Amino acid sequence: MSQFVMPSLGADMESAILMEWHVKEGDHVTKGQVIAEVETNKGVIEIEVFEEGFVEKILVKEETECSVGTPLAIIRTEGEKPITKEAPQSERIKVSPAARKKAKEMGIELSSLAEGTGEIHLSQIETTSKPLSNTSQPSGMRQAIARAMSRSNAEIPHYYLTTSINMTPALHWLEALNATRGIKERILPAALLIRAVVLALKTVPELNGFWENDAPNISPAINPAIAIALHKEGLITPALLNADSMGLDETMHQLDDLITRTRAGKLRNTEITQQTITITNLGDLGVESVFGVIYPPQIALVGLGRIMDAPWAEGDALCVRKVMKATLAGDHRATDGRTGAKFLEKLNDLLQHPQELL
Amino acid sequence: MTQEQIKSAIIEQILEIAPDIDEADIIPDKNIQRSLEIDSFDFLKILMNLSEILGVEVPESDYAKVDTVDHMCAYFMEHR
Repeated sequence: MSQFVMPSLGADMESAILMEWHVKEGDHVTKGQVIAEVETNKGVIEIEVFEEGFVEKILVKEETECSVGTPLAIIRTEGEKPITKEAPQSERIKVSPAARKKAKEMGIELSSLAEGTGEIHLSQIETTSKPLSNTSQPSGMRQAIARAMSRSNAEIPHYYLTTSINMTPALHWLEALNATRGIKERILPAALLIRAVVLALKTVPELNGFWENDAPNISPAINPAIAIALHKEGLITPALLNADSMGLDETMHQLDDLITRTRAGKLRNTEITQQTITITNLGDLGVESVFGVIYPPQIALVGLGRIMDAPWAEGDALCVRKVMKATLAGDHRATDGRTGAKFLEKLNDLLQHPQELL
Repeated sequence: MTQEQIKSAIIEQILEIAPDIDEADIIPDKNIQRSLEIDSFDFLKILMNLSEILGVEVPESDYAKVDTVDHMCAYFMEHR
């Protein structure tokens, strides 16, 4: 028997709401199967089970807020006998969705109301609520970003390196490629850039990984976190998992899928916990360069600015080229500027020979 | 399709792809991507949906001609 617990979906997460079970007691489950949906400050996340077996018992009802590590279900592996006695129930607070929403708006701590009964109703929130001051409560997502970024700036000694990249060869190559394709098979420059970053990381793997227990831990898989702006507010950086095993078409296809699911609130737990480096491309917003803040425990962030027409010296002539500024933010505990420079040089080199990116 | 119908199809697809945009914020002579904060992925999806509805695929080399709702409408009128 093993317990299926509320996973930690990022260092900043303390609890989440179990929204929906996709399985019931007695169901057979396989490794990697999505068995529940939880609502976090990053939106609704699908969570997977990491072993094969049967759902012996569901311990937590839907719409229950649980802290990280709370047992949610018991999984019986093949061959084990079903248990007969009652499994220990975890402490939990039952809150109606309307009450939770109201409490959030009013800035009321739910645990303070649940003493005794373990249940909270909307009427309780309304009678408890006191008028608030003018300062509005930031959203859960804003608070999560605030915590992670404060930690980053306090703990990580950042260094920054920038290089200007002539994007004309890559864009010409892409235009020619897209001209031979239907609209559904077109590749966007964003996908080409991610592919180039991933390939450059294969040459300079020192930037892909984590700073853990006072030492760098390089990840064999390359799972770049892609900064995706939500239409309403905020930003999520889910991972494009195993991007190192994708060609250019697959990178475009998976990126499209990731953006769609991020905006629809349909991400999986592995996608928001296994990022190994962040790529942020503020190009669409028209800024020249991005000096990003590394997301701990990652050790690097690649910031890509807008591709713009700029004067460019070639030989002894001055011409106009499409130019992009690529900026690397590195964690100086894990790497030195020399490693960062090697990475940017490789990135530049790949974008001058775009056919290698296919 | 009349010009009006094409225009409403364009607006409908913008709202379909970016559902939190308020229809009142779509100004026909403003740059679609910049004024509505639509990224290159969403823009491509809008063109993909419109190509299915109107049967016209906009090549990348013509993107400059479809930057606003008005321009896009004129483009589809001309190429349908």
